[in-house]
Amino acid sequence: MGINILTLCYLIASVTFIVGLKMLSNPASARRGNLLAAFGMGIAIVGTIFLYTNHETGEHLGNYPWIFGGLLIGGIVGTLAAKKVKMTAMPEMVSMFNGMGGACAALISVVEFNHLAKELSAGTISADAIQPTVLIIVLGLIIGSVSFAGSMIAWGKLNGTVKDFSFTGQNILNLIILAVTLGAGAYLVVDPTQSFLLYTILALALVYGVFFVMPIGGADMPVVISLLNSFTGVAAACGGFLYDNKVMLTGGILVGAAGTLLTILMCKAMNRSLQNVLIGSFGGNRAGTASGSGEQGHYKEISLSDAAMLMSFANKVMVVPGYGLAVAQAQHACHELEKILGEKGVEFKYAIHPVAGRMPGHMNVLLAEADVSYEKLLEMEDANDEFKTCDVVLVLGANDVVNPAAKIDAASPIYGMPILEVESAKTVIVNKRSMKPGYAGIENGLFFQPKTSMLFGDAKKVLQDLCAEVKSV
Amino acid sequence: MENILNWITSNQQIIYIVILMIFVGIEVIGRVPSVLHTPLMSGANAIHGVVVIGAIIIMGQAETDNYLALILGFLAVVLGTLNVVGGFVVTDRMLEMFKKKK
Repeated sequence: MGINILTLCYLIASVTFIVGLKMLSNPASARRGNLLAAFGMGIAIVGTIFLYTNHETGEHLGNYPWIFGGLLIGGIVGTLAAKKVKMTAMPEMVSMFNGMGGACAALISVVEFNHLAKELSAGTISADAIQPTVLIIVLGLIIGSVSFAGSMIAWGKLNGTVKDFSFTGQNILNLIILAVTLGAGAYLVVDPTQSFLLYTILALALVYGVFFVMPIGGADMPVVISLLNSFTGVAAACGGFLYDNKVMLTGGILVGAAGTLLTILMCKAMNRSLQNVLIGSFGGNRAGTASGSGEQGHYKEISLSDAAMLMSFANKVMVVPGYGLAVAQAQHACHELEKILGEKGVEFKYAIHPVAGRMPGHMNVLLAEADVSYEKLLEMEDANDEFKTCDVVLVLGANDVVNPAAKIDAASPIYGMPILEVESAKTVIVNKRSMKPGYAGIENGLFFQPKTSMLFGDAKKVLQDLCAEVKSV
Repeated sequence: MENILNWITSNQQIIYIVILMIFVGIEVIGRVPSVLHTPLMSGANAIHGVVVIGAIIIMGQAETDNYLALILGFLAVVLGTLNVVGGFVVTDRMLEMFKKKK
């Protein structure tokens, strides 16, 4: 009876995952979709704890104190971390949680293998019979570990503790590490008695995960996180194979497939191929960077009152928000400026680059938080049309997404990425904290153009001062 | 070789599920607007936290004197739960902001 109810629980959970994911891809139903999937997950977890029985021995699960202790700790820490995290840090949080899932899958593989190895040495099972199981264990271990190590590096890169790092021949070294890892895995499958290999594979897979993400530039982290996300899905599905557990299988494969497609969609939004992101990485030793770091001429600064004057008497002002806006938490100040200028009859719009900030959609989330209305947010193609009729473009802490080098400099690491063509507007005001290059680490020719003026300072402070100035005009 | 074939036969149900799920996964998010890329990724991230079920099973089946399995299993439950709970809460927070503009 119990086991049949559990089957039903898993069935419900699988359906909620599919429907939830479907609802998540539509703005109107997204939130309910997320809650639905969470509800299904709850059913699956509670059902497993109380109803699961081992299909050989028929025993229920034990060690309840441990299980509930783990759930409680994980639940409390997870909720707090997710509630407390700042909007700007959400991308890294997703990466961190993804890594946790990967680590969980890898640990499952380790424990299961030890379990098998014990039975094997006791002679209760033959090496031949467990080969397919070992294959699944090894796959889960490799994928889970790569996902964990990679996610941790991606997390570190997004919060700035890990710097980009690459050296010549790194791609080849990576391939060698991967080949050795897979080779060791294959050997373990053929001869499961070589249990020491398990830890070798674990170590190699972790190293590979680190080296895999290390040379990829910070600007590409969203794509990498999405890819690792689908890896973890596959690792979870390996667990489903091991326990013949349908909900782990459906959930894992579903995420694996959807995650892979999402990764490709993200690449498309940047007009690049996945291969280009992973291998043609934003290296520090490319010719484009060297030539871009030279003198580019002079830039000019603009005073707050001049900037306020320009905007007050403009017909149309467009804002290009970027990571700087997110860091300074300036979205409310920005909305304030929109209202004040709106009262003066100035048309005020936002031009949103699909990958502005640290994640696709990052800016939409931020501005929505500040009650900016949806109609004022222009997608890249529409924005590029409107710049032509725009008097003032205010670039708020965005850099690489407005860098004309992406269009004209074939040697530039961001060459080929579609950008917001702000230079077709009459005037461009760029707010930045300093002249330091953006996340891709390259100079931006836009800042040295005659129609561009720089307005240095923290985005929030500058916007608040601008509001005050505009009011007094 | 024969092992593998036998294994495929005895697990054909699972293999069918895998193949169908791959298509479902691709179909389900095929038309997502770029605004929702991040929340969708985050939501998918929470869903693969289903791996915690494997961790719970390990934990529940570990012999009480097998400390290695207990400790690793416990760690796996904690990490898996972090993935699930954190993932859903973060996604909800992101989507909360989308809702306001209505």
